[in-house]
Amino acid sequence: MKRWTSQGWKALATGWWVSLILLIGLTGTAQAQDLTIEITRGSDQATPIAVVPFEFEGQGGLSEDIARIVSDDLEHSGQFAPLNRSALISLPSSSEDVYYDDWKRVDARYLVVGKVEPQGSDYRIRYELMDVLGGNRMLGETLVSRDGNLRGSAHYISDQIFEAITGIRGAFSTRIAYISASGSGDNARYALYVADADGHNGQQVLSSDDPLLSPSWSPDGQKLAYVSFESGNSAIYVQNAATGERVRLTSFRGINGAPAWSPDGRKLAMSLSKDGQPEIYVMDLASRQLTRLTNNRAIETEPEWSPDGRSLIFTSDRSGAPQLYRMPAGGGQAERLTFTGNYNSDGRFAPDGESIYMVTRDDSGYHVAKQDLETARVTVLTESRWDESPSVAPNGTMVIFATQQGSQGVLGAVSSDGRASFRLPSPQGDVREPAWSPFLN
Amino acid sequence: MQFKTHAKTLAVALSLAVVAGCSSSGGTQEGNMDGTAGGTSGQGMTTGQSTSGSQMGAGEQMPSVDTIYFAFDSEEIRPEFESVLNGHAQYLMANPNTNVTLEGYADERGTREYNLGLGERRAQAVEQYLTVQGVSPSQVDIVSYGEERPAVQGHTEEAYAKNRRVVFSY
Repeated sequence: MKRWTSQGWKALATGWWVSLILLIGLTGTAQAQDLTIEITRGSDQATPIAVVPFEFEGQGGLSEDIARIVSDDLEHSGQFAPLNRSALISLPSSSEDVYYDDWKRVDARYLVVGKVEPQGSDYRIRYELMDVLGGNRMLGETLVSRDGNLRGSAHYISDQIFEAITGIRGAFSTRIAYISASGSGDNARYALYVADADGHNGQQVLSSDDPLLSPSWSPDGQKLAYVSFESGNSAIYVQNAATGERVRLTSFRGINGAPAWSPDGRKLAMSLSKDGQPEIYVMDLASRQLTRLTNNRAIETEPEWSPDGRSLIFTSDRSGAPQLYRMPAGGGQAERLTFTGNYNSDGRFAPDGESIYMVTRDDSGYHVAKQDLETARVTVLTESRWDESPSVAPNGTMVIFATQQGSQGVLGAVSSDGRASFRLPSPQGDVREPAWSPFLN
Repeated sequence: MQFKTHAKTLAVALSLAVVAGCSSSGGTQEGNMDGTAGGTSGQGMTTGQSTSGSQMGAGEQMPSVDTIYFAFDSEEIRPEFESVLNGHAQYLMANPNTNVTLEGYADERGTREYNLGLGERRAQAVEQYLTVQGVSPSQVDIVSYGEERPAVQGHTEEAYAKNRRVVFSY
C-alpha cells in the first residue's frame, strides 16, 4: 500500500501531520487501515513494538523513511509485530519525551524513537530503544549517514535493535544474490543481481544471453561463484562482486555445476561430470588442484560444507531417487541423511550445523523443509507447489527461497520456525536461485 | 530399463544370439554406460552398414525431426522415437565428418542442478543408442541444459512433456 515518501515527511515537517492524525481519528477504522503498510502474517507470537517516525530537523524531506524501513525489517523477521502508525499514541523523538504508561496502554512491548538532522551534506541520526514494560532505555546511539546510504543506516539500526532484544545478531545489513530471467527463445536474457536483504537496491553484476545459475557467496562476502553457459556449455566462474573482475575456474566436458565455498574460503566444492556422470569434487583455489570425492554411477551434485568445514552434504540418486548424504570433507564413506519421502535435494546447513534445510517433494509439490540432524525430525516450512533453492540467513533466523506466484518466478522467505513468511516479487521477469550473503561487517 | 530399449531395437535388425549377448553384457547398471556401448559398437556397426547399404538415400539427408521426448524422471528411449534416432544414426554414419551436439533437457520440476544431471542422462542415452547403431563416439558431443531454456513456457503437464527432451544440434 502507501509508503511514506518524502511527501509524507514534508507534511510532517510543515505541521500537516497533526491534521492527518485528526483525519484518521475522525473517519474511523476503514481510513486507518488504508494507511496500514504491511499485512502482518503469522505474528500471533510476535512481539509488539512501536517504531515512531523519526523527526526530521531539516528543510524539505528525507529521501527515505528510516522508521518505516526499521519497522519493515523487524516485521519481516517474524519475531516482531510493529504497531500500525495509526495506533501510535504520540510521536516522541527522544526518550525524554516518552511516557511509558501511554505505550503500555497500546500494548507496545518495546518502543523505538529517533531524529535526523542535516550535517553538511550528511545526516546525523539518533535513535533510542525503550523497554516499555521495564520502563527503561535499552539502547541509544548516534550515527552519521550519507544521503545515498540512508537505507543502509536504517538496516544497521534494525540490526542493533534486533540484537538488543533477541540476543541474536541482526542480518538486515546483509545482501542477497539472485538470478533474473526474462524473455524466451532467442530473446532470453539472464542476469545476476546483488541486492539488499530486503530486496532493495538491486545491482546487476552480470548479464548474459545464456543461462546463469547457482550463485554462491565466498565466506568473506567479496566474491560470487556461479555457473554460466556463455561458452556453449556449463562452466564455473568466480567474480569479484565489487570490481566485476572474474575468472573461469572449470570448463570441463560435461556438467560444471553447483559451486560451494568452504568456510575458510580456500576451496570450492562442485559437481563435474567430466568422467561420465556428475560427481563431487573439491578444488583447492590456490593451486587449482581437483580432488574427486565420490565415485558412483548416480547423479551426485549440490555439495554444501558443514559450518565447521569438516564434512560435506550432497544430493545423490544412488538409491534410485535423490536423497541427501553426508561424507567427510576429505572424502570417504557417505551416510544417507534423508529417509522421509522420495525426493530430498539441495541441502543447506543452518549456521549452528545442527539442522539442514532442503527441498522435499510430497503430494502437494516441492517445498522447503528443515531436518534436525540429531533427531531426523522433518518440518515442512513452505506450502506452495514450486519452492526450491533454499538459502539460509547468516544468523539462521530466516531462509530465502525461489517460488512461483502465478506464472512468475519470485523470491520468498520464511522464518526458521515456519511461523512467518513474506515474498519479494520482482517488477518484471522471473527471479530465482537466491543466495544469502554472509555477515558483511 | 534403458538397456531393454536398446535390446529391443537391436532385435529388429540383429539375430537373437546377438541380442542375448548384449543383454548379458548390459545386465548391470555398471556396464550400461560405457562398457556396453564400447562392447556392442562393433556389432552395431555391422547393423548400421547393412541398413545404410539398403537406405543410402535416407542417410544422405539431414533428418527433419531434431527432437525426441522422454517420460517424467526417465531417460528411457521411447519406441516411437527409434525411427528418428535411426535416421540420425544413418545420417551421421553416411557423413563421418559431421558432428552433432546432443542437448539434454529436463522439465522445471525439482532442483536446477539435479536437473542438469537428468538432462545429461537423457543425452547419454541417445548417444549410447547412436553408438550402438554404429555412429562413432567422436562425432557426438553432449551438453546438458537441465531445466534451462525450456522449449515451452508454462507449468502444465503438456509443457513439461515438451521440455523433457534431447535436441540434435548439427
